[in-house]
Amino acid sequence: MIILLLDLISVFAPLSLLTIGGGQSIIPAIHSQAVDVHQWMSNAEFIELFALSRLTPGPKTLLVTMIGWHVGGFAAAITASIAIFLPSSVLMYYLVRLWARHERSLLIRAISQGLAPVAAGMVLAGTGTILRAAEGGAWAWAVAIMTTVCLLYTRLSPLLLLALGGVVFVVARP
Amino acid sequence: MPGGLSWRNVRRRHTAENMNQKAIEPPPSLYAIFMAFALIALISVGGGVSGWMMRDFVTRRRWISSEEFLSGLALAQAFPGINVVNLTIWMGYRFRGNRGVVVATLGLLVPAIAVAIAIVSVFSELSHISSVHYALAGISAAAIGLSLEMGIFAARQSMTGLLPILITIATFVSIFVFGVSLIWVIAIVTPCSIAAAWWHMKKIRGAESDDYPAA
Repeated sequence: MIILLLDLISVFAPLSLLTIGGGQSIIPAIHSQAVDVHQWMSNAEFIELFALSRLTPGPKTLLVTMIGWHVGGFAAAITASIAIFLPSSVLMYYLVRLWARHERSLLIRAISQGLAPVAAGMVLAGTGTILRAAEGGAWAWAVAIMTTVCLLYTRLSPLLLLALGGVVFVVARP
Repeated sequence: MPGGLSWRNVRRRHTAENMNQKAIEPPPSLYAIFMAFALIALISVGGGVSGWMMRDFVTRRRWISSEEFLSGLALAQAFPGINVVNLTIWMGYRFRGNRGVVVATLGLLVPAIAVAIAIVSVFSELSHISSVHYALAGISAAAIGLSLEMGIFAARQSMTGLLPILITIATFVSIFVFGVSLIWVIAIVTPCSIAAAWWHMKKIRGAESDDYPAA
């Protein structure tokens, strides 16, 4: 069991620091480690867990928690979660502290303001990329754009809009 | 308390017709922080977590200004780690320093991890039911709308001059149209944007304004 927990840490802790641009970027690496290198599960089982992780609320990287559960129960699920979330969190924590300490300096203010237009471009491009890969093709575009319009111009609850999106897909089965 | 109110007051933007004209609320309690992040983690089925965070913390609760939120978002993406976890650490520190970081991060992750374990241990057949599959695809499509709204909001906020507009467009086009890796965009576009902001600030420094660029 201890060996297994150490294995989980040795796989997920480095991946934590390699996650740049969102959890999606390490999915292929997780797949090869879990299926090919450590043979914790078959390819079909991995795809099953991946589908389940999409059902789960919160960060999609909870796939790692599920892999932990699959290979070693509760202790492994917690160990894998800590391994994937903790290292990058510590790094980010020190960045945030450094930031707060020099928040009034010209450099930090310039970085802050210079980042804003880049963030806008990244959010829009990330959204477009997800939309392009979304299941349901034109239906997904229609639901996403209608949701955006409603959010911008009405006071409808986002939860209601998410539920409506689900209903549209269940009825239309695109 | 580091990252307290004084910083927000200094940094508040003064663009007309946006949400941050309204005053930022005093720092929330640790309990309120935990509950707010836990709620977001549990309702964000299908993705769009950062969109939920912007709606909740910037628009609804007004715990953080949109500019602070957006620079946190950009740093969260540029740094290693899960974006929403990084963003949570950023906001937690601004709300209540070190304890805010711990409470916000636990709020985001602990209930969500519990739900993930419950789902994987009980509902492993759930993903085979086709209606569940379609419902989730539909919810995810709608959740993309949440992200798109955030992108539009972020673009509106940052498009205060010709140069920021060009930078937003360049970032979008290079990632979305030409498929340039995020790392390259961060390495090339970001320094240019920061240099432009720096140069502009130096120029207007005597005018006692920290707005970039002047409207």
